[in-house]
Amino acid sequence: MPALSRDDVAHLAGLARIDLSDAELDTMVGELGVILESVAKVQEVAADEVPPMSHPLPLANVTRPDEVRPSLTAEQALAGAPAVEEQRFSVPRILAED
Amino acid sequence: MTGTATAVDEVVDYDEALRRYDPVLGLEVHVELNTATKMFCGCATAFGADPNTQVCPVCLGLPGALPVVNERAVESAIRIGLALNCQIAQWCRFARKNYFYPDMPKNFQTSQYDEPIAFEGHLDVELEDGEVFRVLIERAHMEEDTGKSLHIGGATGRIHGADHSLVDYNRAGIPLIEIVTKPVTGVGERAPEVARAYVAALRELLRALQVSDVRMEQGSLRCDANVSLRARAVDGQAQDDVPLGTRTETKNVNSLRSVERAVRFEISRQAAVLDAGRPVVQETRHWHEDTGVTTSGRVKSDAEDYRYFPEPDLVPVAPSRETVAQLRATLPEPPGLRRKRLQGDWGYSDLEMRDVVNAGAVELIEETVDAGATPAAARKWWTGELARRANAEGRSVEDFGVTPSHIAELDGLVRSGRLNDSMARQVLDGVMGGEGTPTEVADARGLTLVQDEGALEAAVDKVIAANPDVAEKVRGGKVQAAGALIGQVMKEMRGQADAGKARQLILDRLGAA
Repeated sequence: MPALSRDDVAHLAGLARIDLSDAELDTMVGELGVILESVAKVQEVAADEVPPMSHPLPLANVTRPDEVRPSLTAEQALAGAPAVEEQRFSVPRILAED
Repeated sequence: MTGTATAVDEVVDYDEALRRYDPVLGLEVHVELNTATKMFCGCATAFGADPNTQVCPVCLGLPGALPVVNERAVESAIRIGLALNCQIAQWCRFARKNYFYPDMPKNFQTSQYDEPIAFEGHLDVELEDGEVFRVLIERAHMEEDTGKSLHIGGATGRIHGADHSLVDYNRAGIPLIEIVTKPVTGVGERAPEVARAYVAALRELLRALQVSDVRMEQGSLRCDANVSLRARAVDGQAQDDVPLGTRTETKNVNSLRSVERAVRFEISRQAAVLDAGRPVVQETRHWHEDTGVTTSGRVKSDAEDYRYFPEPDLVPVAPSRETVAQLRATLPEPPGLRRKRLQGDWGYSDLEMRDVVNAGAVELIEETVDAGATPAAARKWWTGELARRANAEGRSVEDFGVTPSHIAELDGLVRSGRLNDSMARQVLDGVMGGEGTPTEVADARGLTLVQDEGALEAAVDKVIAANPDVAEKVRGGKVQAAGALIGQVMKEMRGQADAGKARQLILDRLGAA
């Protein structure tokens, strides 16, 4: 697996909306590199006949019946909102000006 | 980012565009299921509730909340897949689609990526002239809806120029099925019609499956239309060997008519771009119902890197083949076949049947006929009088409180000779006003045709005597002049006479029969 570049990390940070300083970027390149190396070791033993696993439990089809359960009240739902208007979550402008 | 949103795009005449380019379509339809609860939590899904009253830690994306899949939503997804002639996955997973947008509180949408529940199907769609196109279905997958934003501070309530936005998460987490076609090729100038007919056929199918309200105006059925143009093949070359052009994705297309218009506009616009020697930009475009144009939205870019990965909070969905077989047994008669069968039973012309289908009145008429009305009367009431009133009032015929059995009863009163058409309409007013059943209304309002032949004859004689000029014309063979006399007789009888009988009597008296 090719090593993670500083640009890769900056790109991922951008996608994740995380502001990283130059120093933090350098640190993350190293730390993420260690994680990738560890995963690469797992890939060495994961032969073709071993299907990729996304879940540690050998379960499927865990469902619930389509029955309504109580929701929060609007007051409870909005309790953690930084700003509220007309019983809705108020959020900053979504698109930048043209 | 939205630099061209206000620019007016050049367009090429549609026929001109088709002479030089071959359009290719891709249609993505999102269907909100009509389950009682959301995809991953037990919050209610009712439309129109007060903001943020149908939310919980799961659909608000609060830390530590764990989703659990709605059993009925999975069943609906499988039934939709089967009805679209798809294969049903033996095993599939949900995936996280990561992006940031305020209407999505988790900062990812729980969707399916490379393992859709249904794949590789088709839907045959019939155009108005009866030609049938087979649209290939790539996949149908399960996901969840987003919240709804109100944009504040902009002049038009649009996102552009808005100062801030207010979000209601009632809709966040409502089960969605996204149905994606393979590229639709070889339809040429009929591309806009095919797009419309496909969405119409899909809507009809989903309605028959009873899995969604499929109300485009309420957003429970939404269509994104992908359009691209490629050069026409040169002589001797197969069109399929010509590579596909760059596509645009037009969103916000929320009526059948808009689907057709938006595709048509995009073909004309892209042709103008290509004619000018410029490349078509791969982007999202917004449809504007009022002006009939699309404008540039987001350009597909880095921000579209969704970093999908399998959802760790949910276990796989692995429907057994027995379950799939059981669900297959619940599928309704395919709408196309059903329509043909009913049209034959009812003796409607192709045009009449199309009007009935377009009015969404097939079920109403079926129930009305089952309740004893003649097919002709059932059609006349539902797609005539009631549809006219609904249009005039901007309402839906279902909202009138008039049932198929009311209409059957009303038809019975007309056929037994108790009411004429204008009296029947008065009775309908009463039924719509909540005065009771048609018979109760007719009784209470004293509406009944005068069966007394003597009274009718007296009225006829009186009207003939009062109109000697008109009577002379009728005697002379101008039978259509009798209309004026019939009108006056009906007036004499205060509307409570059989107009046919009045006509016959007048013609008999004047020797013109």
